[in-house]
Amino acid sequence: MIRFDNVSKRYPGGHQALSQVSFELGEGEMAFLTGRSGAGKSTLLKLIMLMEKASQGEIVVNGKNLARMPREQIPFYRRRIGVVFQDHQLLFDRTVFDNVALPLQIEGYPKHEADRRVRAALDKVGLLKQEKMNPMALSGGEQQRIGIARAVVNRPQILLADEPTGNLDPELAAEIMHLLEQFNQVGVSMLIASHDLSLITRLSHRILTLHNGQLINDATYRVPSAATHDARTDRGTEAST
Amino acid sequence: MSKRKAPSGARQSQASTSDKLKSLWQSHLAIALQSIRKLRSEPAASAMTIAVIGIALLLPTTLFVAMNNLQILSAGVSESSRITIYLDETLPEAQGRSLSEQLLSRSDISAGEYISPAQAAEEFREFSGLGDVLDALEENPLPAAIVLTPRNVDADSGAALLNELNGLPGVESAQLDLEWIARLQRFLELAQRMSTALTLVLSLAVLFVVGNTIRLAIEGRRAEIVVVKLVGGTDSYVARPFLYTGFWYGLGGGLLAWLLLALIMRALSGPLAALLSLYDNQHSMHGLSVLQGLLLLSGSAVLGWLGAWISVRQHLSAIEPR
Repeated sequence: MIRFDNVSKRYPGGHQALSQVSFELGEGEMAFLTGRSGAGKSTLLKLIMLMEKASQGEIVVNGKNLARMPREQIPFYRRRIGVVFQDHQLLFDRTVFDNVALPLQIEGYPKHEADRRVRAALDKVGLLKQEKMNPMALSGGEQQRIGIARAVVNRPQILLADEPTGNLDPELAAEIMHLLEQFNQVGVSMLIASHDLSLITRLSHRILTLHNGQLINDATYRVPSAATHDARTDRGTEAST
Repeated sequence: MSKRKAPSGARQSQASTSDKLKSLWQSHLAIALQSIRKLRSEPAASAMTIAVIGIALLLPTTLFVAMNNLQILSAGVSESSRITIYLDETLPEAQGRSLSEQLLSRSDISAGEYISPAQAAEEFREFSGLGDVLDALEENPLPAAIVLTPRNVDADSGAALLNELNGLPGVESAQLDLEWIARLQRFLELAQRMSTALTLVLSLAVLFVVGNTIRLAIEGRRAEIVVVKLVGGTDSYVARPFLYTGFWYGLGGGLLAWLLLALIMRALSGPLAALLSLYDNQHSMHGLSVLQGLLLLSGSAVLGWLGAWISVRQHLSAIEPR
């Protein structure tokens, strides 16, 4: 679904955000992207969203080479990808319902169809009762769930999340992660950037670790039911620590 | 969401074409209404912008109406201009009268009158107050004359007519106050050019006013634009509400200009009628016709839209999600 082939990103001014990153995320796969602040997690997601272009290497998403995508195609490409942000990026001049409906309005869904989908998405994140409220009146966890509802309302094939639990306490964070897992279970490919290692190692998913822009580890953790830390399988990338 | 089973979301999530067209129409309508609501939510700022546009449009519109009225008036004036033909002293009165009859039958002459030397002397005595001078002379020095009122004369056709009359046998000379008509016509031409130039300049002003207002609106909605672009809004989707806003600004300004013009006409019509009646003129003022008014409205709406479009083109592409 997502393939990075020796991708590097150097920002104007010389900052090397990513160097020679290669990995592949299969269809329906869920992976975490971790590393310290500044390791390149956000840059990697931005490259997939075409908010930035790679300086070197090839990124192929759903069979499309991003380097060759014309500018006017970008909006249509983005409609197939749901994104969840740390700061939610909600609009406070409209209701919860209208926030979630935005991607459908943009794509031009008939109102009845859009309404149905928005309610389904809100139901899924447990906010159906709050649909008429302003997101400002809701808690951080609830706002994040609005953001998730908006990301999935269009039934994207890929869901990206940038520190979706960054501002939440551990309990809420776990709740959000479990919610995201449910979408993965219905087949959505997922890449979630998070530095919350204690949380993500408890979930049995693949973890990509970035350090100074390099992919230094790519491993899948098993749920530590047997409490054995060796229950991980290294995929072995070109990088090492 | 919960109903979903297969991961192949792409096919499911595409709306059909006819649905999309219907929905496009719905969304245009919604955005048009939404942009009106936005304008109404900031009444002071919107009113100010509309007032500036209205006043800018009022000036050329007023000039246009004034020119229109002047043209109608001047047509009336040239209608009432007269040609005086002085006849040869040797021409007998009977022949003079028959010449007068002949001229009167022409299609480009609407009225005519033969004035004998005696009548001329009488009129002179009456209007000049110099009757004593006439009495002091042994014989009447005034020639017989024919006074003609030409039909639809302008500077060129007047000159041609005069030329022809001058060539007639028995005519000493024919005179028409052509210079006055020519001056009026030149003046009207000049005023027309000025009004065209002013219309262009003030239309530019409207473009800038709307453009700047829209630029501020774009700045104010930066966060929203970023989000919309992130979830797949095309440039034209992002631009649409701003274009509608510009359209409404222009339309509002045009309406205001029309209204102000009507008020001005109302205020002027009384005194102007009084002034014209001093000149025996029955002219009544013409405002904008309904068609001209609609032209004003559509023109101003297009100007508003265009101003917004220029602004959107310049500023919207600079706002990208980072």
